[in-house]
Amino acid sequence: MIEALQYEFMRNALTAGLLAAVACGIIGCYVVVKRMVFISGGVSHASFGGIGLGYFLGISPIVGAFFFTITAALVMGVVTRRAKIPEDTSIGILWAIGMAMGIIFIGLTPGFPPDLMSYLFGNILIVTTADIIMMLILAAIIVFVVVLLYKEFLSLSFDEEFATVVGVPVEWLYFLLLCLIAFTVVVLIRVVGTILVIALLTIPAATARRFTHDLKKMMLLAILFGSLFTSGGLWLSYELDLASGAAIILVSGVTFLASLFVSRLPLMTRVGRG
Amino acid sequence: MTSKEVVCLEDVSAHYDGVPVLEGINLSIYQDDFLGIIGPNGGGKTTLLKIILGLVKPGRGRVSVFGDTPEKGRKYIGYVSQYSLFDRDFPASVWDVVMMGRLGKTGLFRKYSKQDREATLRALEAMEILDYKGQQIGKLSGGQRQRAFIARALVTDPELLLLDEPTASVDTPMKTDFYELLERLRQRMAIVLVSHDISTISIYVDKIACLNRELYYHSSKELAAEELEAAYRCPVEMIAHGVPHRILKEH
Repeated sequence: MIEALQYEFMRNALTAGLLAAVACGIIGCYVVVKRMVFISGGVSHASFGGIGLGYFLGISPIVGAFFFTITAALVMGVVTRRAKIPEDTSIGILWAIGMAMGIIFIGLTPGFPPDLMSYLFGNILIVTTADIIMMLILAAIIVFVVVLLYKEFLSLSFDEEFATVVGVPVEWLYFLLLCLIAFTVVVLIRVVGTILVIALLTIPAATARRFTHDLKKMMLLAILFGSLFTSGGLWLSYELDLASGAAIILVSGVTFLASLFVSRLPLMTRVGRG
Repeated sequence: MTSKEVVCLEDVSAHYDGVPVLEGINLSIYQDDFLGIIGPNGGGKTTLLKIILGLVKPGRGRVSVFGDTPEKGRKYIGYVSQYSLFDRDFPASVWDVVMMGRLGKTGLFRKYSKQDREATLRALEAMEILDYKGQQIGKLSGGQRQRAFIARALVTDPELLLLDEPTASVDTPMKTDFYELLERLRQRMAIVLVSHDISTISIYVDKIACLNRELYYHSSKELAAEELEAAYRCPVEMIAHGVPHRILKEH
């Protein structure tokens, strides 16, 4: 692995993995504790529509995905909060519409069809420096906003009704959180692809949760786990010539399953009471 | 009445999906009231509290909270909701949760101040749960958790405390404790307590209203069986502990 780092694409891949770990470690904790896994799955799959749109308009697919994903997240937020349709039904519908739009846009684009696999399942080895810069900016925005609004997001996740009564702008914060989820999805597309994004939004946070009951520590632990998962998966993918996105997810999944057996060890009390 | 009116509802009606839950409610709450609202499940008790808090918009009628709209006036209200439907594994300590009561005072983008931490400490002390401040909120017993949620409602120094079925998750020996606690709190604020538990509520409160879509309110706790029966829509057998003659009165 060390000698592999002499290649720029490997250094980029490792950096991308660490940035992804920061974004999904923080936002994944909200997704898990506020039970927003399904809406996040919808947002990440719908982002495929943006990749198609990017191709169709001749701009970078990731830029297309950025704007499309934020729009999709806000539309889902409005529909699930306002319309009198059950939340999971409306998410399921928008989830599929987003993906279908992606396929239609790509079909309408003249020329050879692009490498869809790398967007659906990720390919961390083709991350460019421009991608890294965008990921860095998005991760920085996520950290900044969460540091600024930490206590509000905690109350939003815990008890929206009470937060409303004490004067927290709950709706506004919920939509902001959806935007941050969209940011995270865009950061993660390159790493694991639209279909596997949901795994990195949930597994590091869910693993971290087994060791602490403090949200801040949970976020830090989730970032740590995310870093281990992305770099471990990258290493496996390099050594065994496996698809990188899938390797990262399998490393994550296996670690999570293992954590189910070790969580009653002293580590829990130590980190938990810290 | 010389005492200040804190909440006033005039001819308030509300419905969910066309089904009326409250009809023609008139209610005044004064600053030193200890009001118990009883009624069957589904009688609109929670909806009534949510209308006062501005969480539910009434279909008709006028609501005034501390002389203002519910949205503006609710900052003087401490609210303890019926179900604390949170995940028992939620990553927050008792301290974190009680501190949430201060959010409105601290404001967005700021860290909690020294006053916020002091108020939290006082509320935990008053509720006698200071020892549990580092404990995960979901790991508390029903009674301790109820105290934590009351502490969260108290950290803002409210002038009105709204409690929705506060004894639902508290076991019987704790209930007496709990009412004694309310007895102390009522020196400082108006209290409205909603419950379907007629027998316990009536010993402590000094006014009782019955709610089953319509409100039967007499500004005293001398309840007539007919009124209870009107509210519950079925014959009611009066059972009371303590001082039954104050509850049972011939009309």
